[in-house]
Formats: sequence, C-alpha cells, structure tokens
Amino acid sequence: MDAHALLEPFDRMLAAISAPAAVRAVEAGGDASAMLSELAQSGFLDALVPEEAGGAGLSLAGIAPLIEAIGAHAVPLPVAETMVARALLARAGVASRDGPIALATAGVPGQIVPCGLVAAHVLIDLGDRLVLASADALAVTPTGVHHALAARIGWEGTPVGRDITRPPAGLRALAAIVRATLIAGAAHRLLEVTTRHANERVQFGKPIGRQQALQQNLAVMAENAVAARIAAQLGCAQGLDVSLAAAAVAKSTASSVAARLAGTAHAVHGAIGISEEFDLQLLTRRLHEWRLADGSEGYWNGVLGAARLADPAGSVDWIRAEVFA
Amino acid sequence: MFDTLTLAALPPEDEALRPQIRAFIASHVAGLPADRRARSWQGFDAAFSRALGQAGFLGLTLPKAYGGQERGPFARFVVVEELLSAGAPVAAHWIADRQSAPLILGYGTDEQRRSYIPRICRGEALFCIGMSEPGSGSDLASVRTRAERTDKGWRVNGQKIWTTNAMHSDYMIALVRTSGTPEDRHAGLSQLIIDLKAPGVSVRPIVDLTGDAHFAEVFFDNVELSADALIGREGEGWKQVTAELAFERSGPERIYSSVVLLDAWIRHVQAVGRGDAGVLTGRFMAEIATLRAMSIACTARLALGESPVVEASIVKDRGTTFEQDLPVAIGDDLAAHPDEPVSDELYRTLLYVTHIAPSFSLRGGTREILRGIIARGMGLR
Repeated sequence: MDAHALLEPFDRMLAAISAPAAVRAVEAGGDASAMLSELAQSGFLDALVPEEAGGAGLSLAGIAPLIEAIGAHAVPLPVAETMVARALLARAGVASRDGPIALATAGVPGQIVPCGLVAAHVLIDLGDRLVLASADALAVTPTGVHHALAARIGWEGTPVGRDITRPPAGLRALAAIVRATLIAGAAHRLLEVTTRHANERVQFGKPIGRQQALQQNLAVMAENAVAARIAAQLGCAQGLDVSLAAAAVAKSTASSVAARLAGTAHAVHGAIGISEEFDLQLLTRRLHEWRLADGSEGYWNGVLGAARLADPAGSVDWIRAEVFA
Repeated sequence: MFDTLTLAALPPEDEALRPQIRAFIASHVAGLPADRRARSWQGFDAAFSRALGQAGFLGLTLPKAYGGQERGPFARFVVVEELLSAGAPVAAHWIADRQSAPLILGYGTDEQRRSYIPRICRGEALFCIGMSEPGSGSDLASVRTRAERTDKGWRVNGQKIWTTNAMHSDYMIALVRTSGTPEDRHAGLSQLIIDLKAPGVSVRPIVDLTGDAHFAEVFFDNVELSADALIGREGEGWKQVTAELAFERSGPERIYSSVVLLDAWIRHVQAVGRGDAGVLTGRFMAEIATLRAMSIACTARLALGESPVVEASIVKDRGTTFEQDLPVAIGDDLAAHPDEPVSDELYRTLLYVTHIAPSFSLRGGTREILRGIIARGMGLR
C-alpha cells in the first residue's frame, strides 16, 4: 500500500477529529472515546502490523508522513506510539489490546510519559524485556503542568503485565525516532502558521514579514524544520529494528531544533501567541514536551559520541557506516 | 514547505566509485600534515588535479562526447565527499569541474564546449570566477567592468577582486556589463570567458590572514577578446550566474570544510583517553549526519535536472554555520584542559580553521544573502 495515498484521508480524518477545540477538550480532562473509536475504526492503528497479522504491513519510513500529520494536528492521544506498540505486539505473537498505548522507555518507576493520562496501556522497557501493563495496574499521576497529558508512571516492585521481547536497541531508540518524526510534523505546521502570520500582521505600515530581521529569523526556522524532518527520516529508514546511532541522530537533531523553532514562532507572533485561546501553544507546548521525552539532545549526543570515540575510523566514514548503512 | 528536500540514497553504481577514489587519494596525499589537509579546497596542486583527470575522477557529470564520465551529480558527490574528508588539495580543478564546465555545457556553443570541456575533464584547463569587484560584493548587479563590442569581438576594461586562484588559472568566466549602467541592475550583464594570458590582463595575489594567497585582484586594461568569448546570450548574464551559483552552493564542500580539524581533535581525545568529550562529539556527529542527508537530498534535485537555488541556500547556510561553530567548540574543549598538551599539528590546524572560518559564509553568497533567498522562497519578499 502506498503511504502517500493514505496521507490525504488520514490527514482529513485528523483535521475532523482533532480540531483545536477537540484537543483543548481532551487536555481539559474531557472524554476522548469518540476520537479514539474513529481512529480504531479507520484501521490506521495497525498500519505497521504485518498483513498476515491483519495489518497494513507498512514500514516505519512509509508511515512517517502519517506520524508527521499526528504531530501537526497536536492529536491528544498516543496514536503514533500505539501504532509502534501494536507492531511490536504482533511481532511477538501477542494479541492486540484495545485502547491507546503509551511508551515508557526509562525502566524506572516515576518516569514521565507523554500521553500517560490518556493511555489505556503502557508498554514499559525493563532493560531485559518489555512489559505491556494496563494503566489500571499502574500508578498514573498528573505532572501538574497546565493542560499537559503527560503523566508520571509508577509501580511497586515489578509492573504486572504481558512480557514481550525487547528490540535489541531498546524501546527508547524506537520511541526517539517516533518522537523526532512528531517534532518534524509539528515544526513544519509551526513554520506554516508563523510564515502566514508574518505575511498578515501589519506594523509600521507593512506586513512584519517584510522586515529583513524577521525574514532572516524565519529562514533559520525553515532550515531547522527541514533538518528535523530529514533527521527523522534517517531514523525511520531503518524500520522497527533501529540502530542506536540512527535514533541518536534523529532525536538529537529534532530535540535541538524544537526549542529554537518554538522560540522563533512565539517571537514572531508576539503577545497573542502565549495566550491560551490562541492555537499556537497547542504546538509549542508539545514541541517542548517531545524534546524532553525519550532523551533530549544531550542524552543522545552522549550515546552517539561514546560510540564514535570508541572507533578509530574517520568521522565521515563512521557516519556512513553507522547512520546511513 | 520545502517538501523537496527529502531523504535520498546514493545509487549503488555511484557508491561503487568509493573504493577507487579512496585508493587514489591514499596513494597521492598520504603523509600531508593535518594543517595542510585542513586547507582542502583551498589547497592548490595542479599535478594532483591532472592525475585525478587522467584517472577519470573529473567531469563526472559531463557528457562523454566532451570527455566527461556521464555519470551525474551522485557520482560527483561520492568523489567529492572522499576528497574533502581526506583533505585532498582540490583547488586547482575545483571551480572548473564544479561550475565552469556545467555552465559552458548549459549555455555554450558546441564549439565552446569542444574547446574547453575536454581540457577541464583532463584537469588541464583551470578556471576562476570573476564576480566580485571593489564596489560590488553581495550587490553583484552593480558590477562596473565593461565589455564593448569591437570589429573582432570584445574589448574589456575594469577590475575584479577576491577572485579565488586567479593567479593560477587559465581562464576567468567574468560577469561584465555589456550595455547600460549599474543603475540598470540585472539588465545588460553578460558572461565572458577571458583568457588570462591575453595582453592587458594583470593579476595581483592578495595574502590572507593565514599567510596564504588564494585570492587575487585582476585588472583588465583594453583586453581584446574574440567574439566567441561571450558565453550564453548577451544580456542574460544575471540568469546564468544564478543557475551557476546553485552548483556552487549545494555540494558537500559546504559541510566538510572543518572535518579535517574534527578528525584531528577526535584522535587527540582518543589518545589522551579523556571521557568528557562524548556529548560534544555526539553533537558534531548528529550535525554532520543531518547535513549529509540534506546535501544528498539537494544533489538528488540536481540529478533531476533542477536548479535547486533555495534548497542549496538552506544546505549552505546550515552547513557553514556548523563549519564555523566547530572550531569555536573545539578550541573551548582543548583550552578547558589547560594541563593537557596539544600537538603543534593540532594547534596549527585549530587556528588555521578558526582564522579562515569567516570565509565559509562569505564565499559563494553571504549568510545574509542566502537567508534572503530562503525568505523569498517562503513568500516573504
């Protein structure tokens, strides 16, 4: 199946079910079950599940445009995470579960998990195996951050649930690539709305986008959005069996530009951009949350640098072998 | 926005060139110290360029009918990536191979193609680009060097400056005014191929802050040229220059200028066995990998026959920002360990790259000009 043919209907569905008002309602504690049943009925949650197991059999690279769309629409459910989790369940021969699945990649209780408040299950990486635990069997605590759907996920002793084989590079590497792709999607949407605003907002008798100072900043913003997308694509290119190095490049680049992109978008919008009723914050709050989730740029730079320093090759050779192979 | 810059792979048949060019480089530039190799595409060695041409590593994008290899931009990417990451001295053939030959192929007559391109492919015809003038830097449309029609062709008067390798080159492709005045801006500009051995041409090298003389002033005093000196159409010079600059801005040379320093620093860190350089190293690796993907994506547009002016500007601005950031960060790392000895070679390499780094975002279009081009691509101007 061609993922680009899927993007248009998928994007149309998200525009319908995840409009800003719907996002706000879920963030305010509202019911997401209608949104969820639309997603479940669409079949997209099994996009990565092999065809013989009843899925669409698409690759991670193939659905990258869909994950970007999830980021661009600020969907208040762990849709991309659920797609990945369902693929891992199918691969392990474990029957799928209804409901959204969040990814807990740190292995310790008390970690902060994006969309933890709206997840029915959490797939937890314990270092030697994955455990799929019901949210009811876990301690799920709000972080206290205004309208954030991330939650602190805890357990006593060992989390109770179904054991699943752990991917060799760990769940964090896979989650980091998904997160980088979400960042890329939100980044490009942010670039569009910010450019449009700069062309419409008039100050000093002309659109502010005519000011060279803004043009230079917006050009850098575009470079950052392009960099995030292509780095995420580098990660997605390896499929579910990711390498640590490719995951590191994807998440390091996406995380390092996320905060800068959000900063420029707010600077161009002025005061209205930080108001709750203006939609910009739906994207920029997510960019900051996703930057911190599954390892920031500093974490992944450390992983990448340690591997590089252990190798006598030249840097370009090393990158070709470890990231582009 | 910018959906055209998307992940592309190097075709296997072009990757297959890599072992050959690596063997060639190993046999020709082994033993050069890092501070020499850090000069890379400012390192001039005409014999090395001729050897590259004889071995079939020049003219990779050019038709076989004109002595090229007819392989395309991906093949050139592979060869250039290897040359630059090794710090090979490529300056002699660089401009001719990268942009003069494609320009002549695109706009020249068949006679001009046959005259110049085979010699460029052999590494025997060296070119420089006559764009900047004393009063004309980023504002290129203000050039004042004039060419007048004569019975036999053209007579050129004026001056170019900051012309890379003019003193070593056989020809200059110069942007000159053939009609009107600087107030006419983009109209009335043309490109001429000027034989630098012609009477009336004088070249004066300019020494830079590192002690090198890679650029020069070039004076034209009643230089008589034949009619076939005109390349392309009279008055179309601006359009031709814009297309030419897309070749100049999009290649891997815009991301690898500091890579010899990076590898020298990593060998130092490995040798002293220091454990605190991982995060910085990782940041460099993530940047290079992302830039490499962007540069290959841009190369893919060239391979489709497009002129990716805006995409090339994105790659160059981000690439040169990284290339300039690198010596600053490495300098900080080394000097943050004042009790750890640094070799002369590494120290000279660091300071060479530190001092020359401002040129990275000047040559081929300044940072501010490139960002203006990107903003125009976004519909902001």
